[in-house]
Amino acid sequence: MEAAPLIATQALDGNRYALARLISLIEDDGADARAALAALYPRTGQAHVVGVTGAPGTGKSTLVNELAKALRSQDVTVGIVAVDPSSPFTGGALLGDRVRMRDLAGDPGVFIRSMASRGSLGGLARATNDAVKALDAAGFGVVLVETVGAGQAEVDIARTAHTTIVIEAPGLGDEVQALKAGLMEIADVLVVNKADRPGAANTARALEMVINRNSTHGEEGKDTWRPPILQTVALDGSGVPQVLEAIAAHRAHLRASGLWAKREQMRVETELFNVLRQELLDRALARVGEGEIRAWVKRIAAREVDVYAAVQSILDAD
Amino acid sequence: MSKRLRILIAKPGLDGHDRGAKVIARALRDAGMEVIYTGLRQTPEMIVESALQEDVDGVGLSILSGAHMTLVPRVLEELRQAGLAHVKVFVGGIIPDEDVQALQELGVMGIFGPGASTEVVADFVRQQLTEG
Repeated sequence: MEAAPLIATQALDGNRYALARLISLIEDDGADARAALAALYPRTGQAHVVGVTGAPGTGKSTLVNELAKALRSQDVTVGIVAVDPSSPFTGGALLGDRVRMRDLAGDPGVFIRSMASRGSLGGLARATNDAVKALDAAGFGVVLVETVGAGQAEVDIARTAHTTIVIEAPGLGDEVQALKAGLMEIADVLVVNKADRPGAANTARALEMVINRNSTHGEEGKDTWRPPILQTVALDGSGVPQVLEAIAAHRAHLRASGLWAKREQMRVETELFNVLRQELLDRALARVGEGEIRAWVKRIAAREVDVYAAVQSILDAD
Repeated sequence: MSKRLRILIAKPGLDGHDRGAKVIARALRDAGMEVIYTGLRQTPEMIVESALQEDVDGVGLSILSGAHMTLVPRVLEELRQAGLAHVKVFVGGIIPDEDVQALQELGVMGIFGPGASTEVVADFVRQQLTEG
């Protein structure tokens, strides 16, 4: 069943293994994946894509598990993409999000895929985007994308969602963390998880202050949405219905205000630039060859030539 | 670029001791593999469904409860039924000698006892899974 268009067809018909194979093709990014993606693209654009991000240890996976359970009780099917970092040294990765998503096992209305960030930043955004497309086209009503909010790549992924949930937890030095990562700016819904712990109210207050100070929110695109700050204890599910309501309210807001289409446009634009950038880079590298690139690196490091002159020569080479 | 190996590490059965499973998961990660760790008390059905969704090349089962002769055949059978007969299975834990051969005959690719070095396990897994 390795013919890519066939895999795409089977995945769209509800064959779960074909869907899994399709996501593997996407991760390996070959011609096969492109053919399959072209076949399924017309079927995308239906799912509500929700990004869930936050610092390590805030309880993202547990909240995703609870959200998925709550969505299932409303008969909404759920696709989950859980992204964890690859080791930059070995390329290996330990993907443990399933440990907290045990409750979802055996439900055919749920599909969970763990993804390692692998090599390049651009690559991760592309692979995640395309995996979301696969789940979207396969008919999942909501696609939850979980990333560690600890770097630009992760923030970028969260940004491509229709609705982005940023999770904080008391006692993590959270206010500073959030400001540093630039996460507050992309949050549509803010969740203070582990709200049964001391300091939760303080964390919520700190977030409130940041939001009040954060005048950029709402300026661009005349978005009048004000991110609600919700408290949850994901471990026992309390507060989760309110998060679900906030997600639905945000979706309704995007639809009513015309921002849904705008976000789609933004997302497609980012994607177009990412793919174009990568494609141009690949072409340039293919033309010049690894050996010559190494030679340029040596010459630049030896101060024989500067990086801009080198790039000009590489691009002009024929 | 060669395909990156994806391995599911699971703990079927009811014993609540997952240290060995975590050690192996880390060792395989350090050997450059993508390891999906599923945690404790997985049923064979849960393990196979995870293996399917994650499209793994291999499944490692950690079993200390002594129930390997019931659990392993069930995982192998479920894999076959799910169309995942190509996914190779290895087992770690306390497996008596007389069961080792029986499991190998069922199609288990490797069995590792408590003393096995993590490097040996990682090398073995890589070799078995890249030989095709």
